[in-house]
Amino acid sequence: MQAISAIDVPSAPVAHTGRSWARAAQDIRQGIGHRELWGHLGWQDIKQRYRRSVIGPLWITLSMAITAAGLGLLYSQLFEASIGTFLPYLTVGFIVWNFILGCLTEGSDTFIANEGLIKHLPAPLTVYALRTVWRQTLMLMHNLLVYVVVLAIFFNDLSTPGYEITEHGTPQPGLSWAALLAIPAFCLIALNGAWVTLLFGIISTRYRDIPQVVGALTQLLFFMTPIVWSTDILTKRFGEGAADWKILVAELNPLYHFIQILRAPLIGNTQSWHHWVVVGGITVIGWSLAFLAMRNYRARVSYWV
Amino acid sequence: MVSIEVHNASVDFPIFDAKTRSLKKAVLGKVGGKIGTEARVPVIEALHDITLTLKEGDRVALVGHNGAGKSTLLRLLSGIYEPTRGTSRIRGKIAPVFDLAVGMDPEISGLENIMIRGLFLGMSRKEMEKRVDDISNFTELGDYLHLPLRTYSTGMRVRLALGVVTSIDPEILLLDEGIGAVDAAFMTKARDRLVDLVRRSGMLVFASHSDDLLFELCNTAIWMDEGQVKMQGSLREVLTAYKGRDPFEHMSKETLERLGETG
Repeated sequence: MQAISAIDVPSAPVAHTGRSWARAAQDIRQGIGHRELWGHLGWQDIKQRYRRSVIGPLWITLSMAITAAGLGLLYSQLFEASIGTFLPYLTVGFIVWNFILGCLTEGSDTFIANEGLIKHLPAPLTVYALRTVWRQTLMLMHNLLVYVVVLAIFFNDLSTPGYEITEHGTPQPGLSWAALLAIPAFCLIALNGAWVTLLFGIISTRYRDIPQVVGALTQLLFFMTPIVWSTDILTKRFGEGAADWKILVAELNPLYHFIQILRAPLIGNTQSWHHWVVVGGITVIGWSLAFLAMRNYRARVSYWV
Repeated sequence: MVSIEVHNASVDFPIFDAKTRSLKKAVLGKVGGKIGTEARVPVIEALHDITLTLKEGDRVALVGHNGAGKSTLLRLLSGIYEPTRGTSRIRGKIAPVFDLAVGMDPEISGLENIMIRGLFLGMSRKEMEKRVDDISNFTELGDYLHLPLRTYSTGMRVRLALGVVTSIDPEILLLDEGIGAVDAAFMTKARDRLVDLVRRSGMLVFASHSDDLLFELCNTAIWMDEGQVKMQGSLREVLTAYKGRDPFEHMSKETLERLGETG
């Protein structure tokens, strides 16, 4: 290590070799190809976290169950809602939120957390991103057990056509085969998780304040998004002309659409195509940005970690 | 065809947390009438203008002082660092053994670690399962493989890492110093396997301060100094220049013959 000089860092130092779309695409392709590797690592992460505990990863399920039951009981009383309809609503919203939260916070941390591996073993960056998303997926699957139990208990409430989440709220169609839409909905959300992890991961590796910013904002976003409260409350509070409020608080919040495409089919709520359109649009924009970041800064990540 | 071509490559590390330095520079800049050093990040030029061509069958020793750029060069050759300037082209399946503490999870068993390393090096789960017995025999770790890695000594970790990389038929083996922690008997065994591997279809680059290991494993050498290639040639030539004396001069004739050095 000889000369210590200084260079301008406008966005990133000039790299003649690394910046090509082909290399970025190759990284993503090869990353996906290492299915066994990220599959193994993601599962290892889960096992590792609950190592030597008696019930192991079931703690994920149990802590979700406790939170959902507690919040469900409290908020159903606060909002004068029937527990049979409000608890499933809150549970499913919370499960989906947890997946999104994981992708945002642990996604920003992906490359920082894998510093050792990145510096010592040559592997596509996408492997680490998929490891993170896969880990979140496995946690979601554990949490879905809570959904199954809740569904079993409150099946009657949820399958009644015209049920209301809160009293005098919007009538909901009730559970039907439309619930199967949850599968493509989850795939779409996971696809978004992947770009979030790549893009936020790269930016966070360079600017270490970003994970803190994400951490600070997600707390606020949780309360801003209709998860523990429903949009019915907006209507109730501000009367029928509350469309403006609803637009302002819910529709402008991208997370609302993500939650809604998965939550609505799972608890038999009215499904609206505009949520799918918004999420689809975000998917395209997000992947374009992630791809751009991969093209320009993929080769820099090992220098930055 | 296995090869590594590096052309005019440099590796510059930005040092983002060297705040004091940039602050000092900013202040000094003001005194000197300069503006806008705020956006500057100091960089360390770890490698400067490296041009190398390595081909099949090469067994290269990397020598040089601490901080001369040996480890960074190994990472450049492995593709972990892409050059900030210049180009590098790597053809072949790479297996690096760098820091033994990293890339191995201390909490999981040796077997699990073998699996993860193998998967990282591009093997499938099935292929690795077939090789576990072979690795177990070679490393002589036996039942230890079922214990968490944190119970292993450094030498045992080296055995494990060498066991994995030599069992998967890599084409380019990159070894950093640290593998010297194993005992002599095992080193002889490892040497045979490594030499055999290189002979079949490979290339070896080995950074070490231990002359004995270099004699055993390498035939050519690169002398790194201050991030540049100071000298490149046969192991004997380079070591003689680096050490200031011929390291082979006191060796017995048999040893010289075994190492393939005549005269």
